[in-house]
Amino acid sequence: MTTTGQLGDPPAPGAPALELRDLSVTFRTEGGIVSAVDRVSLDLAPGEIVGMVGESGCGKSVTAMSIAGLLPESARISGSIRLQGTELVGARDSVLRRVRGKEIAYIFQEPMSSLNPVLTVGRQITEVLQVHERMSRRAARARAVELLTLVGIPSPATRVDNYPHQLSGGMRQRVMIAMAVACGPKVLVADEPTTALDVTVQAGILQVLRDLRDRLGTSILIITHDLGVIADVADRVVVMYAGRVVERAQVTDLFAHPHHRYTAGLLSASPTPGVHAGTQRLQEIPGLVPVLSTQPDACTFADRCPAADARCRDAAPPLDAVAAATDHLAACWHPCPIPRTQPEEASA
Amino acid sequence: MTPQPNALELDDLVMHFGPVRAVDGVSLRIPRGRVTALVGESGSGKSTVGRCVVRLVEPTAGTVRIAGTDVTHLTRRQLRRHRSDVSIVFQDPAGSLDPRMLVGDIVAEPLRLSGRRLSGRDRQARVAAELGRVGLRAEVARRYPHELSGGQRQRVSIARALISEPNLLIADEPTSALDVSVQASVLNLLADLQRDIGFACLFITHDLSAVEYLADDIAVMYLGQLVEQGSREQIFTRPAHPYTQALLAAAPLADPVRQRQRQPVLLGDDLPSALDPPSGCRFRTRCPLAFDRCASETPAQVEYGGGMAACHLVQPDGTRPDVRAADSSEVLS
Ligand SMILES: Nc1ncnc2c1ncn2[C@@H]1O[C@H](COP(=O)(O)OP(=O)(O)OP(=O)(O)O)[C@@H](O)[C@H]1O
Ligand SMILES: Nc1ncnc2c1ncn2[C@@H]1O[C@H](COP(=O)(O)OP(=O)(O)OP(=O)(O)O)[C@@H](O)[C@H]1O
Ligand code: SF4
Ligand code: SF4
Ligand SMILES: [Mg+2]
Ligand SMILES: [Mg+2]
Repeated sequence: MTTTGQLGDPPAPGAPALELRDLSVTFRTEGGIVSAVDRVSLDLAPGEIVGMVGESGCGKSVTAMSIAGLLPESARISGSIRLQGTELVGARDSVLRRVRGKEIAYIFQEPMSSLNPVLTVGRQITEVLQVHERMSRRAARARAVELLTLVGIPSPATRVDNYPHQLSGGMRQRVMIAMAVACGPKVLVADEPTTALDVTVQAGILQVLRDLRDRLGTSILIITHDLGVIADVADRVVVMYAGRVVERAQVTDLFAHPHHRYTAGLLSASPTPGVHAGTQRLQEIPGLVPVLSTQPDACTFADRCPAADARCRDAAPPLDAVAAATDHLAACWHPCPIPRTQPEEASA
Repeated sequence: MTPQPNALELDDLVMHFGPVRAVDGVSLRIPRGRVTALVGESGSGKSTVGRCVVRLVEPTAGTVRIAGTDVTHLTRRQLRRHRSDVSIVFQDPAGSLDPRMLVGDIVAEPLRLSGRRLSGRDRQARVAAELGRVGLRAEVARRYPHELSGGQRQRVSIARALISEPNLLIADEPTSALDVSVQASVLNLLADLQRDIGFACLFITHDLSAVEYLADDIAVMYLGQLVEQGSREQIFTRPAHPYTQALLAAAPLADPVRQRQRQPVLLGDDLPSALDPPSGCRFRTRCPLAFDRCASETPAQVEYGGGMAACHLVQPDGTRPDVRAADSSEVLS
């Protein structure tokens, strides 16, 4: 379910472009079966940008990779993943191959490792177009220049003949995005696309993602650990902790009033420029990050939560609406009762 | 009364690796007990400055003075006498702790290297006290680094750095490899220790917001040179250099309403290289305000609001440019 937020304005809600229902992923390892993702449900409306945040190891990348069947053999997936109605869990390899690149595209943190160092960026883009779109070499090259223009690369007609090492990190990431959107995918999964980049370069990449959504109507799932990035580009937010979705809401609602205790802790632990001047301390979340959802019958955050009680240790809280008729969900027995007091910026 | 020497003085520090001009004339002073943050993007030369200070590398030119002593060209052996004056904490706690050593031995190592003779029991007590100071239980001494979380490992590196009671701590991105929820506790710990013990600190980071409540002064680095220096208050409220202004404007606020009201500053990402820095002002290839003179003439370091900025548009009378007004090329005063 999606309602139009005050920000971003995603197109009229129709059928979701992507639907995950009770997605669980386990891995066979030397030490036995480990669970990485536990009953994750999530929709991506056409033209919507959904942000996913959470601690390292909480299952963000595994969730993302499971969508187009990118996980290794040792992974076992259950639940449902529907791309515009087509079920992908258990789908034949030929189906998944067709979907990858054409319907769903990915960009990852380190563009250099995903680009071929011995081919010009133009060749790499035209190859994608020739395989998936059966375009002629000439048409593909012209399209490659168009795509480089779309992602904001200056002098694209020259840059198209550059090798990856001749480009800066930010420009390589733009090339990756150009390749990812070459065939007009419905869904773009961006896993930490700006984590390796500096803030001034990051701002440009986020602008490109927003542009793609506006111009092509691409739905984007952006994974990040940076709440500033979420605040900047996401329409809705999914917060994960230890393999589970613990909170899901429109971006303004989530920041204004986080209900899950982990979300609240994460928001107050993030330094904001202009706020911590002087001797004010940062808020801490005590304790260790659990590696996996090892506690099926408890809240996985209970060990670190200031509000935990016996109930939290005895039963896992369900992901429920925080009030009637709202799309703000949280999985917490004792949700934060009051909205967050937004810290004021010292001065502009 | 003779004034106390500064904890750290860098004069025109230069470090070239072959053709790579990693650090190209950096001058900086950190008074005793003060914290200076060195901020800049990846590859700007921040870590190289830190490595020159602890003399992991020998500078090409310029001087490094620690507590008044010139250590620029001391030999390994001569350096040993000064080793306890300065310590360093690295970004990656996993890579900087020997995986085969017990935590207790790792933390005690600087004591051993300083050549001070201590009984086993005294040593153990010192280690336990140091672990306690960084918020770890004494039992942790009998564990190996891989048995600890990232945040705990970074606490171990801090304990190791502080056991020799240095007057100066170099913290090279000590929290960037940590989870967001753990970063805050390590930053708080460093701030508390600094206030209690009073060591001076060069805090290296690419994240300006992380240092705001920790740093007394801020130095902004771009492509091997300092472009602006000033008090924390000055840098956050009245940044003068276009690059500093862009850094502040580009870091997204964790507040969707305010973030989306801000006017974006987009710099372009055609980053120049330290192999072949641009003529004149090194920031000019990305500066929205660049004009003819920026290519032909290197901007002088202008005294500004108690600090310094190196830009043709900054004047000592307080005139400063505003990158956000790039199109109308307005000038603030
Ligand atoms: N091939 C695998 N075999 C076994 N366990 C795995 C495998 N891949 C991932 N995991 C485990 O699954 C969990 C989730 O990993 P995932 O990569 O999704 O985390 P993440 O949220 O993306 O973290 P980060 O922010 O560090 O990228 C982790 O505990 C990880 O160790
Ligand atoms: N030993 C070395 N040999 C050659 N070049 C080097 C060496 N060490 C650093 N450099 C180069 O010097 C420049 C500055 O590097 P440095 O590591 O100091 O940057 P930094 O500001 O710390 O960046 P980061 O934020 O990525 O850590 C870079 O261009 C780097 O490639
Ligand atoms: S369910 Fe209990 S332990 Fe979990 S976050 Fe809510 S209050 Fe804390
Ligand atoms: S000197 Fe010129 S290019 Fe450099 S920061 Fe100032 S205006 Fe920009
Ligand atoms: Mg990941
Ligand atoms: Mg560095």
